[in-house]
Formats: sequence, C-alpha cells, structure tokens
Amino acid sequence: MVFKRFVEVGRVALVADGVDKGKLCVIIDVINQRTALVDGPCTGVRRQAMNFNKLWLTDFKIRISPSAREKQVRKRFVEGDIGAKWEKTSWAKKIAMKNKRKTLTDFHRFKLKVLKQQKSRILRGKFNEMKHELKNSS
Amino acid sequence: MRILHTFSVRLSLCTCVLRREQGALSSYIHLLPCVEMAGKPHTPRNSILPGGISRYGRSAMYSRKALFKKKRIPVVASKEKKSYFKVKEVKGEKNGGRRVVPLKKSPRFYPTEDISRRLRSLKKGRPVRLRASITPGTVLILLAGRHMGRRVVFLRQLDSGMLLVTGPFCVNGVPLRRVNQAYVIATKTKVDIGTLTIPAKLDDNYFRRSSTKTKAGSSGIFAESKQGYSVSDIRKEDQRALDQQLLPLVKAEPSLKQYLAHRFSLSHGQYPHQLMF
Repeated sequence: MVFKRFVEVGRVALVADGVDKGKLCVIIDVINQRTALVDGPCTGVRRQAMNFNKLWLTDFKIRISPSAREKQVRKRFVEGDIGAKWEKTSWAKKIAMKNKRKTLTDFHRFKLKVLKQQKSRILRGKFNEMKHELKNSS
Repeated sequence: MRILHTFSVRLSLCTCVLRREQGALSSYIHLLPCVEMAGKPHTPRNSILPGGISRYGRSAMYSRKALFKKKRIPVVASKEKKSYFKVKEVKGEKNGGRRVVPLKKSPRFYPTEDISRRLRSLKKGRPVRLRASITPGTVLILLAGRHMGRRVVFLRQLDSGMLLVTGPFCVNGVPLRRVNQAYVIATKTKVDIGTLTIPAKLDDNYFRRSSTKTKAGSSGIFAESKQGYSVSDIRKEDQRALDQQLLPLVKAEPSLKQYLAHRFSLSHGQYPHQLMF
C-alpha cells in the first residue's frame, strides 16, 4: 500500500475534534512528533499548535514555506480553490449529509422513510421484471 | 452638642427636601424627625414561602411584631351559660313525667388508642406550567399507556394542568383524552388549529371516571357486580364533531395524516437524547 497523504508543510487537514471541529486547516510547521502548527485563515481556525490525533489529513496540499505568514497561507488557499474542491469530495458530502440528518425532525424522518420505501419498491419491481425477462429468454 | 448638630443637619435636609418635588419627598421621609406615618400600613412582617409555609414562626413573629410591648386587651367572654341539657317530657305512668337529656349524645364506643389527627395543611398546589414547546396544534408522541408511541394533536391545557389531546380518533384511534405532559414528547410539527373550536365542556369533569359498580343492597349481597366500561353516545358524538373539524386541517399538510397514523419507535442506533423531534 502506498501512502498518499503525508504530514508536511502545506498539507490541508480537517480538524477532528474541539471547537473547530469540521473546519479545514493547513499544517504550517511540525513542532514535534505529536503536534503541528496549524492555521486556517479562510475557515476561521486560529493559528495554534494542534495534536496530530486531532487532525485528519486530506488529499489537498498548498505550496507554502515553513512557518509562513497568515497572508501567504490565505493567498495560496484561495489560489488553490481548496474550499470549493473540498466541498466536492465525497468525504465532505458525507459530513454534510450527517449534519443534515441531525437536524431532521420526527416528521421529516417519517417522510424520508416513506420515500425510501417507495424507492426500494420501484427498484424491486424493476429487478424482478428483468429477472423474469432473463428467465423467459433462456 | 453632637446630637444637636445631627438634628440641625436633619432639619436642613428637611427644608431642602421640601423644596423638591412632591414625589421625591417620600424617599427622604425616614430622615425627618418625629414624623408619624399615620394611616399608611406597613408591608406585612411575615411572608409565605413557595411551599405555602410562613417564613417566620409564631414565636419569631411575636418578637418581630413587638407584642411584648403592646398592651393586650383581653377579650371578655360573654357570660351566657350554654345549656348542655334539655328537658324532655316522658309519657307513660310512673316515669317521672320528664327527664333531663344531654343535647349531644356521648358516643357508645371509644377507641382504645388515641388516633393522632392530621394538621390542616396550608399548602396550595401551584398551577402547572405548560412546556414552552407545547402549543395548541403541536403533534405530541405519547410515551406511556395503551396509546404508547402514538402521535396525537394537542388541543389545550386543562385546569388540572393535564393536556387535552386527540388522535384524531378517525386517523389513529386515539380518542379525546387527558395526558400528563411528563409522558409526552413534543415535536416541532404543528397542525394549524386556529380555526378549530374546541367545546368548553371538554374539561376535567368531562373526563372524570364514573363508577361502574351497581349500588349495594339493591337486590341482595351478590348484586354488586362490575359492569364493563362502554363509551357513552355523548362522547362518541363529541369525538365525531371534533374529528370532522380537525381532519381537513390535518389533510391540508401533505402526508401528515399518514404520519399521525403511524406509531413512533426507535430503530437501531437511534437514541432519543440525540434526536430532534
């Protein structure tokens, strides 16, 4: 297995826990084996030392020098269009879906259930149709 | 000298105060020497705590009211003697003609042990506050009883604090019913029941249980048998009338009728404290 995401200067990561949970940040520098200096000027994460187990590395990387200033980080982040690219990933979509589900009320959940039932009924019908066709043809 | 000085200061304050507005005068009135506040009753020295108990006891109030200073005017008891007996005429010969009989008959039986009497309680129940999430038309989920899990429509709060709800009956079989708000989950879903008229007769008395027992002694010892509960025609009629009004309001919202018809349940991985209702 080949690793594709590394801890390195410029790596965009997702904050897994804490106040900034769910926000993107950029690794600015590696302080020690446990902590990194991160910053997220476009996403509202303040420059801080953060434990690696709070960081989930993404596929994205921006070109900055170690301990780059906030202005530089912001510029590269916007240039790379990281925010929009992140929104398109299935990872981000899953998170958005999860958050959306949390806000559903009981009535919404019921309507969703009914729609799901309808969908599977249609699918089942189609599947059986195709099965019969295959049976008859052979 | 010192006393005189303070007195003069007070006097000067008085004059200064008098020049001011009439309304402000009352706040300085305690500075005035020898001014009696005649005719103005002070606030009560005792107050009633939330539990219905007075803040100060009898003894504390005695000193607070300074009753030891005040002269007690003893109430002169009226000297009319109460008569405890009456004279009854007795017929028949050799019976003395009349007899003195006590007005109050003494009991023929005394208990062997003293039974302690309960003291009169001054506590009053406070009116039950309705949860903010429950307003007329809110869809509630019942958590206990034979209709457990049913989604019902809240109509109004009764005087006893209980909630008046209905299924409606024609949708999910829950009749007009009283429920405790503790056994209910309030959802965010609301039925617009602004146009609904709920008859005033649907109060706590309406739902009071009537005894199903037949009166004893009507025909022997074995006559006392329980009759099963049956819904009265009046209730059926009331339910029908209300359902007729409520059903179009429910139908106005798509798939709401279907929603009310289904029972609520939790599936795997669902925790009520994490859910939104």
